[in-house]
Amino acid sequence: MSDLQSPASTGTAGKASDDAPVKATAGGDAPSGPATSGRSFLPQSTLLRHLLVLAVCAVLAVVILEITSPFQNSQLATLTYYAIAAGGLTVLTGMNGQISLGHGALMAAGAYTTALFLDAEEPLPLPVILLAAVVVATAIGALVGVAAARLHGPYLAGATLALAVGLPGLAIYFHDVFGGEQGLRVRAPQSPEWFDGFIDAVSGNSASSTKWLAYVGAICLLITYFFLANLIRSRIGRTWRAVRDQEVAAELAGINLGAWRVLAFVVSAAAAGLAGGVLAIVVRLAAPSGFTIVLSLALLTAIVIGGLGSLVGALLGSALLVFLPPFVTNLGGDFGLSQTEAAQLAPFVYGVVLIVVMIFVPAGFVGTIRLRWMTRKAKRAMAQAGADGASSRG
Amino acid sequence: MPDAHGSTALSATGGTSTATRLLEVEGLTSAYGPVRALDGVSLAAETGRITAVLGANGAGKTTLLRTISGLVRPVSGRVVLDGEDITKAPVESMVAKGMAHVPEGRGVIAELTVDENLRVGSLFRGKVDRSEFDRVYDLFPRIAERRNNAAHTLSGGERQMLVIGRALLAKPRILLLDEPSLGLAPRIVAQIFGLLRQLVDSEGLSVLLVEQNARSALSVADVGVVLNLGKVVVTDSARTLMADEDLRHAYLGF
Amino acid sequence: MDYFVNVTLTGLTQGMIYSAFALALVLIWRSTRIVNFAQGSMAAATTFIALALIQAGQSYWVALIVALASGFVLGAIVERVIIRPVEGGPELNAVIVTLGLFVAIQASIAIIFGSSFQSFPTPFGVRGLEVGGSTIPLTPTSLYVIGSVLVVMALLVALFRFTRIGLAMRASAFSQEVARLLGVKVGGMLTLGWGLAAVVGSLSGLLIAGGTFVWPAYMDALIVFGFVAAIIGGLDSPVGAIVGGLILGLALSYVSGYAPRGSALVNISALVILIVVLLVRPGGLFSSTTARRA
Repeated sequence: MSDLQSPASTGTAGKASDDAPVKATAGGDAPSGPATSGRSFLPQSTLLRHLLVLAVCAVLAVVILEITSPFQNSQLATLTYYAIAAGGLTVLTGMNGQISLGHGALMAAGAYTTALFLDAEEPLPLPVILLAAVVVATAIGALVGVAAARLHGPYLAGATLALAVGLPGLAIYFHDVFGGEQGLRVRAPQSPEWFDGFIDAVSGNSASSTKWLAYVGAICLLITYFFLANLIRSRIGRTWRAVRDQEVAAELAGINLGAWRVLAFVVSAAAAGLAGGVLAIVVRLAAPSGFTIVLSLALLTAIVIGGLGSLVGALLGSALLVFLPPFVTNLGGDFGLSQTEAAQLAPFVYGVVLIVVMIFVPAGFVGTIRLRWMTRKAKRAMAQAGADGASSRG
Repeated sequence: MPDAHGSTALSATGGTSTATRLLEVEGLTSAYGPVRALDGVSLAAETGRITAVLGANGAGKTTLLRTISGLVRPVSGRVVLDGEDITKAPVESMVAKGMAHVPEGRGVIAELTVDENLRVGSLFRGKVDRSEFDRVYDLFPRIAERRNNAAHTLSGGERQMLVIGRALLAKPRILLLDEPSLGLAPRIVAQIFGLLRQLVDSEGLSVLLVEQNARSALSVADVGVVLNLGKVVVTDSARTLMADEDLRHAYLGF
Repeated sequence: MDYFVNVTLTGLTQGMIYSAFALALVLIWRSTRIVNFAQGSMAAATTFIALALIQAGQSYWVALIVALASGFVLGAIVERVIIRPVEGGPELNAVIVTLGLFVAIQASIAIIFGSSFQSFPTPFGVRGLEVGGSTIPLTPTSLYVIGSVLVVMALLVALFRFTRIGLAMRASAFSQEVARLLGVKVGGMLTLGWGLAAVVGSLSGLLIAGGTFVWPAYMDALIVFGFVAAIIGGLDSPVGAIVGGLILGLALSYVSGYAPRGSALVNISALVILIVVLLVRPGGLFSSTTARRA
């Protein structure tokens, strides 16, 4: 049980986290094989299936964003950038068994890039700017990934911790460019006209700037998860799991472990960069204080709760990061804590959750449910096989 | 599979029926997940005798010793040391009860010096007279020369001498040895087994010896127990086992 | 020249503190193969306990002793209650648990003691000593820092080299199973080891706080510096940790003292040094076995 998400564990561990990346396929077990054939009304092809799920989720996103209040819209916008970053971290930690405390710093790279590009006289189109954020974070991620490829466990955690503590110093050193401790204010991008028309047609709501940003976040989230889900299900994802679970065997099979680890780092850095870009436009500020070690630990909490290796889990974990802080802060206020004291309850809960989950349910919540489900399925299958065997003998 | 005719065979060990059963194992079953490494093993080690447990790789020999000393908890069965049920006793308490276990791979603490290794072996006894250390060094002059060297610099034979010496400093009544001959030159094996015999005969020490090298083990042991796939196949005097050609071919590989 | 000497002495003084912190990390790593990322938060907690006592009118020395004692208790409890269940398990689980502890303790400090900057006293002056009419760049406080770290290190050496309990702790650290078979109560030794490491960590937290400001996250940089120092020394070697701390202290002091606006570059320099060491000699600068996998 306790070694379910261990990078070194074998057998069942691979199965347990060899999960379906999106809800519709949450029961799907092996990446191929007859198990999926007779059961599903969904298309056989993974890509087609994911496209279908993408379409459903897009509709769902529009519905959710239109039935919720502007305040909830802004909460959901926050959710999107946490979820994008957590999705990337899931690839790294869940799929490939590497840990990173540097994702806050990588998000900072994306956020500062976005802030600088938006500050231009004639800003480039938003998609191009976000792409630039991805490119910058990816480049840094590649650099870190090359250094990190030879490291594991505590060494990797320590090295990325040094990154998280060290990188904000650059913003202060180059304060003419990055604005020092104060950071950079971010100009909110204007919503295009077609968006106003679209919202009017769908719900008749007013297309506020907040709403536009929430939509930008949601679009980025859907694209990211679609991409990651396909990646996880592809040959690349299988190789990552092999590198994680069967390090020696994978190496003997001629797999270049280092290169695959760097690739995982690069992919997750790209997601972090995009998340940073979305964060910059949603929060409208890129400052060192926004990218502390607590941010990286919050992301880690999100994916640990979700059960390392599951995109659905990462999404649910991110939702916790958004909705838990106001909840516990209010609770703290009720118990007589001051505003600043109560604000510390959220990181306190993250820490406690990390400890409790690792000690009691190391597979995470999604992972534990899936494990129960698979155990039941396996038992039924065995009982079935036993009955078949008995009847054939009899 | 031949049935275990072991339970009554102990009296056949050369007529000394006065020997007491110092260590008794009754119906011991141990499992690693679904795999049963020991399946209802019963045997006894008598005072002042060398009992050799023999069998191929994977027969369950090491698991037997690890279960006896508590490193592995059995699924069922009992371990009784001199009348006391020690099945659930903590590993740390075994040596104080008079049982010293030299594990597989000898269990030298490589980072400590030879002398420190010996001192760790006597820690639980409190203050130990220096003369006891000198006695061990007299027994094994080769490690005496190297007492201040780190233990990882020792050869395989020297390591074996160190761990036996260390176990003796615990003043055990019974010594559990896991594959002492592994990787050693035949001459060294003979020397170490000869010394064991001497300690057993002169000081009344009891030894439960696990060995894959059945020929050497039977040459020194009083009683042999053959394990196969976690079950006792046969228990008999070493001499009888040595003479049983079919059994030797089937289970002991010589 | 004076400036160079001054920067060097500052580096050595800071380096001693990094050494102590690195030593605490190494003690725990050797016995449980866990890097205690919560070490900094634990030290910060004890520093705030000391501060609370000082603010309540107690002397610095009473506060110091209470803080070190509470460090021991905290370390022992953490090992028993939180670390024990993940000991010997997958390394990622242990890493995540210590990280959780790191943020949970830090948040607790903020809730209990507040998150504002508070000044922490030092029992000695911070003015350079006068020798023969001229001021040398060595302050009583830096002498106190160097002296107290040396005393603690000497005590640890004495404990491990010359006492029975020290021998039992070393045996437990190197080979848990063999130690248990030899009758050593390994669980107790691990708890004791974590307690002692937390005392050493607390001391470095108190020393770095002396004469400056503390806030709940003030140890964040020191975790990184201590980790880097321990890695320079090979993570396994107490002597390596001490030397690594001094090297890092000097290097960072030179960066801070000579690079333009160098103080902003200190943290990033530590990162660069760490990456270089891990890439070039992952086993540390002093290990004879370069084969160890980082």
